Amino acid sequence: MLETLLDILSWLLLSAGGLFVFVGGVGALRMPDLYTRMHAASVTDSIAPILIIAGIMLQAGLSLASIKLAAILLFLLLTGPTASNALASAALLAGHFPEHAKPLDGESKQ
Amino acid sequence: MYYAVSFALIVTMALALVRAVLGPSVYDRVLAVNMLGTKTVLLLSVITFLFGRPDFLDLALAYSLINFIGVLAVLEFFRSRAQHAGPGDDGKR
Amino acid sequence: MIVVFDVFLLTLLLITAFAIVQTPNLFVAVMLTGIFSLLLASNFFLLDAADVALTEAAVGAGISTVLFLGALALTAEREAAPSSNRAIALLAVSVTVVAIIYATFDKPRFADPGAPVHQHVAPWYLEKTREAVDIPNVVTAVLGSFRGYDTLGEVFVVYTAGIGVLFLLGKNTSRRQDDLDDAPLGLRHYLIPRMVGRMLIPFILLFGLYVQFHGEYGPGGGFQAGALVAAAIILYALLEGENRALRVLPRGLLKGLIAGGALLYGAVGVVGMLLGGKFLDYSLLSSNPVQGQQIGILLIEAGVGITVTGVLLSIFHAFATRGKF
Repeated sequence: MLETLLDILSWLLLSAGGLFVFVGGVGALRMPDLYTRMHAASVTDSIAPILIIAGIMLQAGLSLASIKLAAILLFLLLTGPTASNALASAALLAGHFPEHAKPLDGESKQ
Repeated sequence: MYYAVSFALIVTMALALVRAVLGPSVYDRVLAVNMLGTKTVLLLSVITFLFGRPDFLDLALAYSLINFIGVLAVLEFFRSRAQHAGPGDDGKR
Repeated sequence: MIVVFDVFLLTLLLITAFAIVQTPNLFVAVMLTGIFSLLLASNFFLLDAADVALTEAAVGAGISTVLFLGALALTAEREAAPSSNRAIALLAVSVTVVAIIYATFDKPRFADPGAPVHQHVAPWYLEKTREAVDIPNVVTAVLGSFRGYDTLGEVFVVYTAGIGVLFLLGKNTSRRQDDLDDAPLGLRHYLIPRMVGRMLIPFILLFGLYVQFHGEYGPGGGFQAGALVAAAIILYALLEGENRALRVLPRGLLKGLIAGGALLYGAVGVVGMLLGGKFLDYSLLSSNPVQGQQIGILLIEAGVGITVTGVLLSIFHAFATRGKF
């Protein structure tokens, strides 16, 4: 009984995670500007790993594999937003501004 | 049950690849590479359990740590080019 | 169903290869090469080759991208115009491709149980590993013990690559190493990447150590561990600048690492000879031959890891300090 419940919960989590990954991918393809694409891609970096890895952890039970999965999730959540930040910094540094934005007068480019 | 998620992940990897090939500026392509990296980590984790061999999780763990370095290298590349070139560099490609 | 995934990934690989060849912008080509390595690593993983997938992901997708970007900083960003005589090149490539495709007609089908490699080679290794070496990861046993000469050659190839790059890009320094004036400052002023990166470095080092010694029980070994440790130091160099990174692991120490690892490997082989056996005979390293084999594999994997770390870091520093390494 508990196993069936865990299986159903896993199924739900994995499906939701897969859906968010797909939505993020479509967004990264169809959005008009670099920064909006970054927003879409960050969906696949934050909510999707949480759902997918939670779904797998329910299947793995209490074992070494679950601890490794928790570590993978921790590192993904730590580095994903930081990579977005670094990429946006690099783009702004090289002068690639959002489409309808203008730099304020007297402000430096940092 | 793992097949559906794997399929979604691989389709998203294809979408990221299209963005990498199309993307007008370099930053779009770097975004696509980073996205593909994190999807690879998730794909490796899911397929580990599909195969039923949990000791393969080390690959996903290793790559989740290293994926970050590529984007930082790009940022450092542009910063160092700005340091050595000075103002007046457009940088848009 | 896995075959469908395989074919899908191979198609993506093909598209990426076309895109790499097409684009004249080298930066784009470098990014696409990173994608190529990732797709290839996933493919290896789907084919159940975990050791190779780990090496490809760590070296190809992680470190190669950084090295290419470093090289790109020293050269131009657009490809030079192609020279004439492309007709001859096209002819040569076409003839080679046709020959290779013709040669694959003789190969046994994919995963055919009657293929010679599954009848003779693989069962022998699987039996002998249990008797002679007794470690769970047969790939490491084959790499380290049964085919130890090949791995010795590989370590020396890595060593040669390292000293080749140092000949081309290093400068001859007989005086004491001072700080470089024009060295890259790193991402010191970018607070968020710097803090998060600094948090990750000890974990990468720890994981590299784990992979080094876990190679006998799971996917891992010297090459992967060397790449991971080098990745940690490269991350530090990207964040804090070249001067600090060269203070952490100075040039002399790096050159010592490059030579030391290969020396360690050769020394294990010579010790086998001095104890009365043949070159690279590990069974004599301990009273129990099986334990001797395990000790031997541990030592040579350490040698491999040390050399790979030294070489990757030297190549990175040679590019990143713009030839003043």
